[in-house]
Amino acid sequence: MSPYLRVFTRGGFALALCVALAACGSSGSGSSGSSSTPGVTATSVTIGSHQPLTGVAAPGYDEIAPASKAFFAYINANGGINGRKINYIYKDDAYDPTQTVSVVKSLVLQTGVFGIFNGLGTPTHTKVVSFLNANKVPDLFVASGCLCWNEPTTAPYTFGWQTDYTREGKILGQYIAQHFAGKKVGYFLQDDDFGMNGEKGLDDEIPASSVVSRQFYQPGNIAVGPQIAALKAAGVQVLVNFTVPAYTALEELTAFKLGFHPQVVTSNVGSDPLTLAALLASYSKGAAGGSLINGMISDTYLPPFSETGNAWVQLFTKVHAQYDASAPLDGNVEYGMAAAYTFVAALKAAGKNLTRQSIVNAVQTANLAGPGLVPYAYSPTDHSGFIGVQLSTISDNAVHPFGTPLTTDDGTGPITPYTTPQPTPSSTGVLP
Amino acid sequence: MTELSSAPAGDNLSASPPTGTAAATPAPPRRRVRDSALIRHLAITALAGVVLWLLSLWLTPFNDLRLANGAYYFVTLAGLTLLTGLSGQISLGQGGLVAAGAYTSALLMANNHWALIPALVASVVVASLVGGLLGIAAARLRGPYLAGATLAFALALPGITDRFAGTFGGENGITTNAPVPPTSLGANFSPERWQAWIACLAALVVLLLLLNLSRAGTGRTLRAVRDDEVAASLCGINVARTQVSAFVVSAACAGVGGALYVEISNLAAPDAFAVTLSLSLLAGVVLGGLGSLAGAVYGSIVLVLLPNWSTDLANDLSLNQQVSSNLPLAFYGLVLIIAMLAAPRGIQGVVLTVTRWLRSLRAGPPDTLTPAASTPGRIDTDTSTGGEG
Repeated sequence: MSPYLRVFTRGGFALALCVALAACGSSGSGSSGSSSTPGVTATSVTIGSHQPLTGVAAPGYDEIAPASKAFFAYINANGGINGRKINYIYKDDAYDPTQTVSVVKSLVLQTGVFGIFNGLGTPTHTKVVSFLNANKVPDLFVASGCLCWNEPTTAPYTFGWQTDYTREGKILGQYIAQHFAGKKVGYFLQDDDFGMNGEKGLDDEIPASSVVSRQFYQPGNIAVGPQIAALKAAGVQVLVNFTVPAYTALEELTAFKLGFHPQVVTSNVGSDPLTLAALLASYSKGAAGGSLINGMISDTYLPPFSETGNAWVQLFTKVHAQYDASAPLDGNVEYGMAAAYTFVAALKAAGKNLTRQSIVNAVQTANLAGPGLVPYAYSPTDHSGFIGVQLSTISDNAVHPFGTPLTTDDGTGPITPYTTPQPTPSSTGVLP
Repeated sequence: MTELSSAPAGDNLSASPPTGTAAATPAPPRRRVRDSALIRHLAITALAGVVLWLLSLWLTPFNDLRLANGAYYFVTLAGLTLLTGLSGQISLGQGGLVAAGAYTSALLMANNHWALIPALVASVVVASLVGGLLGIAAARLRGPYLAGATLAFALALPGITDRFAGTFGGENGITTNAPVPPTSLGANFSPERWQAWIACLAALVVLLLLLNLSRAGTGRTLRAVRDDEVAASLCGINVARTQVSAFVVSAACAGVGGALYVEISNLAAPDAFAVTLSLSLLAGVVLGGLGSLAGAVYGSIVLVLLPNWSTDLANDLSLNQQVSSNLPLAFYGLVLIIAMLAAPRGIQGVVLTVTRWLRSLRAGPPDTLTPAASTPGRIDTDTSTGGEG
């Protein structure tokens, strides 16, 4: 009955608290460098990302980060960039904003990455932009076409990459207005900035009187029957999807079951034919497949894998065969590699003395060129990526571009054809 | 505290010199210290505050963030342990109440630009109201029916955010600005440390209030109702009212937790308050030790660290992504099963057993004078206390 022991008992939990926190305190320390740039050594640069490896957005999108990693492995095998090998750490956030926050904070504060590369998703990445910019962490080439990444004054470290949804919506909208004049148009949109930005572009070109129904879905809620039924009831003849692949597939299957057969137009991010074919087969237990989406209209800003004569397609096919052969040769893989290429080009332009600021400066001023059918918008006052798209149709599980690439702005500017030929990659994947 | 009879220097958090001397001095001073529970509780809180403050200074920003998360879990678990351990009602709906608090704070801060503290108070009010309504329904239910009703609440609440996406932002959630440390702390003061300070301060206030509440008449009434409703009502206690008030107090704690969650993550989104949150909170109180505030501390440490360990384990095993992303939950379940078999009274139970064993080594066999009344490690007791000692 020693009073000391009794007091000790009571102090037990305080002690446990100290021990537990001491354990994690020491394990986490030493991750961030002192005066040097975090994540950068003479021989390596470590970057991180949040990706939907599981959850509603995973089908298709889970191929992107492995493809990027494969491209980095190819670059590393060829000596790296400025003597540095690229170490790419991507973590699953399940397309859940809550998890994005914790994953990104752990990458930046605990792992001590140099920057975040190609963080995927509009609802997810919007939650970490202010954190990354407050910590002056380069936030390069966000895998989303939200306008939110082009805020150079409030988010100077954040850069978009793919064509933004408003530009894309304008180009798709103009095509619909010209080729389906007088038809009843309906929208099926993700209920966040992804859908809203696309809607803004579409509304810019399609007369408001033509749009008879606007339906929204919440990612995660897979019951889309009411929305599709409402579109059918409104007599929609042209249906525009700004959807992730899983919801394009759900829309197609539900419409098919309801005997609803509009002309479907789908945003690039939700239209990869191989991904959709696999999803359709999976959701319908094999009853449906890629034939359901034959004739779908979409767009692309990268040369599709079907154009086997294209030098970029050849480069990516080679890297795929060497480092990522287990993945299908589809739009997601090309997306991951093309984004990785852009990072590699920026890293090269940032020079030997790599800092967080130097790579931001490089992206803004180096006139990066890459695998796009259209150029990037990057400048000190513009952080959006590709400035347009080329229209395409989907048939036989492949993307078939038609017409010339079109460019525009994210305001009310005109849509103009872009005829400059693509740059070509060097043999090692980096422009000389 | 079961009774105060043999408690000397109180629930001090460590063997600091003043308490040691107080405990060693003869009867009159002991009596004085014993009678002033409030002073003792203030001392505990102050000491905990100093420990947390020193910790926050020493930790890296990422671990400061974990500390803040620990404070969020502690507040929520403390409310739940009061409800389940002290009043004997089980709730699988605590996550829903946290969501009510979080959305209140996020909406007021994002739309109406409220400051943190008023938003926190509003969160407490809203969560208490929701908890009161839940409590009125719950007071009519027992055992599995109560568990089922609260579980339904936890399942349904996130769905409301999708149904009224215009107000609650749907799956996208509501984003708030991160609290900015005052400039007087210096330009390089990490925002994570500031977040940890705010969260820990709120946790300390909750700790002080709950210490007093469980010691005061309210705590005794709750225990009386928990142990025997008939006997309690024969003593003149309004059983239903007592049970509802336990729900309200626990909901108020969840409201603080929700506000702290928004303060730490700057986000209120439905996935954060899925039913897994309610289940992991219940697992937290059980693993920590049901019915004691010390158990809530252990539980919050477990909830902060366990997911990290299990994620690391999953990564080290380099499994298929579909497997490894589910492994942390499975690991969680496994730990819970092992704990139920090996230490059914949680970590706090283990601590008590070990110290009692040490004490018996010191005092020798005749030491049978340690009945339930002298389990000083417990800030209050639970149903299983009677069997030991």
